[in-house]
Amino acid sequence: MKTASELNTGNVNLHRRSFLRYAGAGIAGAGLLAVGASCHKDHNVTPSGTISLGTGDIGILNYAYALEQLEAAFYTQVVATPYSGMPSVELTFLTDIRDHEVCHRNFFKAALGASAIQSLSVNFSKIDFTSRTSVLTYAKAFEDLGVTAYDGVGYKIQNVAYLAIAGSIVSVEARHAALIGNLLQNGNFVSSDQVSTSNGLNVSNDPATVLATANTFLSAQTQVSANF
Amino acid sequence: MNLFGIIEEIEKIDPDFQDRINPRRDAIKNITSFGSKVAVAALPFALGSIFKKAYGAAASTTDVIGVLNFALTLEHLEAAFYNQGLGTSGLVTDSSYITPIQTDENNHVTFLTSVITSLGGTPVAANAAGYDFTAGGTFPTVFSNYQTFLAVAETLEDTGVRAYKGQAGTLAGNQTVLTAALSIHAVEARHASAIRYLRMSKYGVSIYPWITSPTASGSDVSGANSNDTGITAVNGNYGGATAENTTVQGGVNILTLASVESSSSTSVATATAAFDEPLTTNEVLALVTPFIK
Repeated sequence: MKTASELNTGNVNLHRRSFLRYAGAGIAGAGLLAVGASCHKDHNVTPSGTISLGTGDIGILNYAYALEQLEAAFYTQVVATPYSGMPSVELTFLTDIRDHEVCHRNFFKAALGASAIQSLSVNFSKIDFTSRTSVLTYAKAFEDLGVTAYDGVGYKIQNVAYLAIAGSIVSVEARHAALIGNLLQNGNFVSSDQVSTSNGLNVSNDPATVLATANTFLSAQTQVSANF
Repeated sequence: MNLFGIIEEIEKIDPDFQDRINPRRDAIKNITSFGSKVAVAALPFALGSIFKKAYGAAASTTDVIGVLNFALTLEHLEAAFYNQGLGTSGLVTDSSYITPIQTDENNHVTFLTSVITSLGGTPVAANAAGYDFTAGGTFPTVFSNYQTFLAVAETLEDTGVRAYKGQAGTLAGNQTVLTAALSIHAVEARHASAIRYLRMSKYGVSIYPWITSPTASGSDVSGANSNDTGITAVNGNYGGATAENTTVQGGVNILTLASVESSSSTSVATATAAFDEPLTTNEVLALVTPFIK
């Protein structure tokens, strides 16, 4: 199966709304606490449009936040412009996944507070949102990527409270990934490109590898870099 | 309360704070660098207290091996379950689902056994007296009724996910072992999702690939408000100290976050499905003991 980065449908996507420029309207969280007015040095945005995620645990949480932003944006578009002939059961699944990713995104934004990176601009020009195959192939790619990202960065997390949070989320992403795999091809919930047939472990990836792929779905102005 | 913000603020004035609440600087973080091999007696299955580790204590190699043997105990159980299911003539209809799961669980047994051995530990064996997958008569038709088999599979997978999750803190910072544990945990979640999807899509069960708790309740040790399987006998597998219907994460009340539906709230269904919750070692042992002869 082609990876998302190899797939080139050459089709124009249906809508190019900039609704993804998310200003955070209405995010209300009981946990919001202004972390002083201190300048957080990890908010550098270099002239080339690269956003540094920061270092340490905050960098890792921003890493998760960035990936959740990407997924939330993707599924928001999918549900807003459903592919041709989308069965109602698939609409239900994809709407639920959208809601989970939006929840994850909003959670990280609330929890990070002033340490959160900005809202990212996405680039989904490769994706044909009118095509079930294109949408589900990229959905699988995003979910698989998220699982490998969380699994691959977990050991770098210093605070066990954050590790627990990451743990609570990664299994849900794996549930998503398995479902999408099954929708694409019944029984393909542990595809061999993701789960080793020799030891039964899921692939894990380091941040550089993950971001190399993630950045292909982000605008030139909001490329993400990691330093942890 | 913004948990992350508070910890960050404390660190500015007390850089050693992280060490005191989680002192791993002098712990063996990457056990592949562990030199001398220590012979560790096989850890008996029932000694839950041996795995117990006070929060903040460094994870010794003994602790790490303990976690791995705990995981191996569960993998032996799951492997035996699928081996017996697939070995029961005429039971399993969907081998395209069950066979890959069986393969994975058996691979997990092999993998964990080899890791424990490489650490100088003694891997636990499959239970010598065997397993009772009726769980003491709770599921009498587990190997005669395929739908019962799938229901038990679903709960075993969901429980396995929660069990691994509960061990992550002990493995914090350990590149080799934590990454492996997280990777196995992800596969168990894939299994759980697939069994749920199979039951729903082919057999009309009202269930989703994710755990969608019916009610938020603050505390739900019994799991009655968290269990979405429709099988009350497994309420406990969805409850515990951090039940599946938990809606506060890291000090953030998920129910008050903006969602697509509302600028000021998130539904219980979304909030509970978006996060899976851990089970402690002792909670898991209590849940699986009925399966162990």
